Amino acid sequence: MSLRKKLIRVLVPVAASQLMLLSVAVSQAQSVGLGTPISESQLQNFDLIAGADGIGFPAGSGTALQGKEVYDVKCATCHAPNGEGTSGNTVLVGGDMHSDGVPLRTVGSYWPYASTLFDYVRRAMPATAPKSLSDIEVYQVTAYVLYLNGIIDQYKILNSESLTEINMPNKGGFIDSSQQQ
Amino acid sequence: MVSKIYFLECSGNSGALWAANTANGTAQSLHGLVSCAEWTGIPLSTLLDEAGVEEAAQWVSAVGADAASMGRSVPLNRAMDDVLVALYQNGEPVRPEQGYPMRLLVPGCEGNISVKWLTQIKLTRSASQFRDETSKYTDTQPDRLSRQFTLPMGTKSVITTPSGQMSLQRQGLYQITGIAWSGRGSIRRVEVSADGGQTWADAMLDDQHANKALARFRIPWQWSGASAILQSRATDSQGNIQPDRDGLISARGTLGRYHFHGIQSWSVNATGEVRNVFA
Repeated sequence: MSLRKKLIRVLVPVAASQLMLLSVAVSQAQSVGLGTPISESQLQNFDLIAGADGIGFPAGSGTALQGKEVYDVKCATCHAPNGEGTSGNTVLVGGDMHSDGVPLRTVGSYWPYASTLFDYVRRAMPATAPKSLSDIEVYQVTAYVLYLNGIIDQYKILNSESLTEINMPNKGGFIDSSQQQ
Repeated sequence: MVSKIYFLECSGNSGALWAANTANGTAQSLHGLVSCAEWTGIPLSTLLDEAGVEEAAQWVSAVGADAASMGRSVPLNRAMDDVLVALYQNGEPVRPEQGYPMRLLVPGCEGNISVKWLTQIKLTRSASQFRDETSKYTDTQPDRLSRQFTLPMGTKSVITTPSGQMSLQRQGLYQITGIAWSGRGSIRRVEVSADGGQTWADAMLDDQHANKALARFRIPWQWSGASAILQSRATDSQGNIQPDRDGLISARGTLGRYHFHGIQSWSVNATGEVRNVFA
């Protein structure tokens, strides 16, 4: 027991000093040469992040008129024919952040960026077969959900540029608290 | 690799206490969405240093391999601080349901940001504005503005014994015990009240240096057989004091669904039954 204690006492300082040496060596060398750079082509079907800054959107475009056909077949089962939803978590339309009581928070009333709708539909929808929609279909469905919320008309062509220019009703409704301690 | 003990708490934990009516719940059903484990992994800063971080980068987007490929954005300064890419939990490979083969572990922060089944780390100029940091996990205030990226979990404690739905069988000496934690440091003090917050006594803390980890507290209590209201109040190493429920609600309103860390009140009636109450 006492031998074991002694061993631990000796080992700990040794391990600590080795670690310190290691970290000094790493910072001096700047790199330990691990990993290989990933190519743009490898990233193409892997990086699905479509950001609010407009980076990461694929080629293609779509309108709400086209999106209705996709929505009716692949989305309406859960989200209902006009986005009214079949449960609390599937409501896509309506709400007003300044209504009395607890406001109904939907894509139309709450989401600050249209990019989020595209990003989420592309990576997560439909729930039974995520990532099964083509990029064109994602543009179309995104346009349709925005149309159902009265944010765009049914002929508006959504693409990487026009989508990030959309002003969502609650765009100014968020406070970035990431740097609050 | 490094090994550290950290708590992990869902930001929806204790959310039932935002409601106007008291649920007759247990410590587990009301506050059980928290755990504590030893996590072993590579500091994310090591990986980012190795890859090289461009000056324009301000955020790290992390994406998982779940069906919905859930993503979250982590501020770069936090990512370079104590975030791990965890491969082991309590000395064994991270289990499938916990994110095998590797997950992000963002100490002290709402659990959802510790992305499981990690497949992608991408540095970006601005937050990616994923669904789970806009539509969800945001806190709407009374002025209808919603706070985003409210990541550290608040200073918090809960008495686990005696607690909701337990029953005291006899008058006499009991040990009140519970757990306390803070997403901003360690727990330095837990006070306990048996009269609904009128008077307080310092509890013993098993560990005052458990950084972003659960600390157990305990204090003896003589139950006379009269009705009582048991409460605990934690203070962390930054001086943050756990607010009472009324104080939390007057500051934050009740439009949000996340990040409840107010004081829990357990009433003990004359027959010894323990129940969740607002006091």
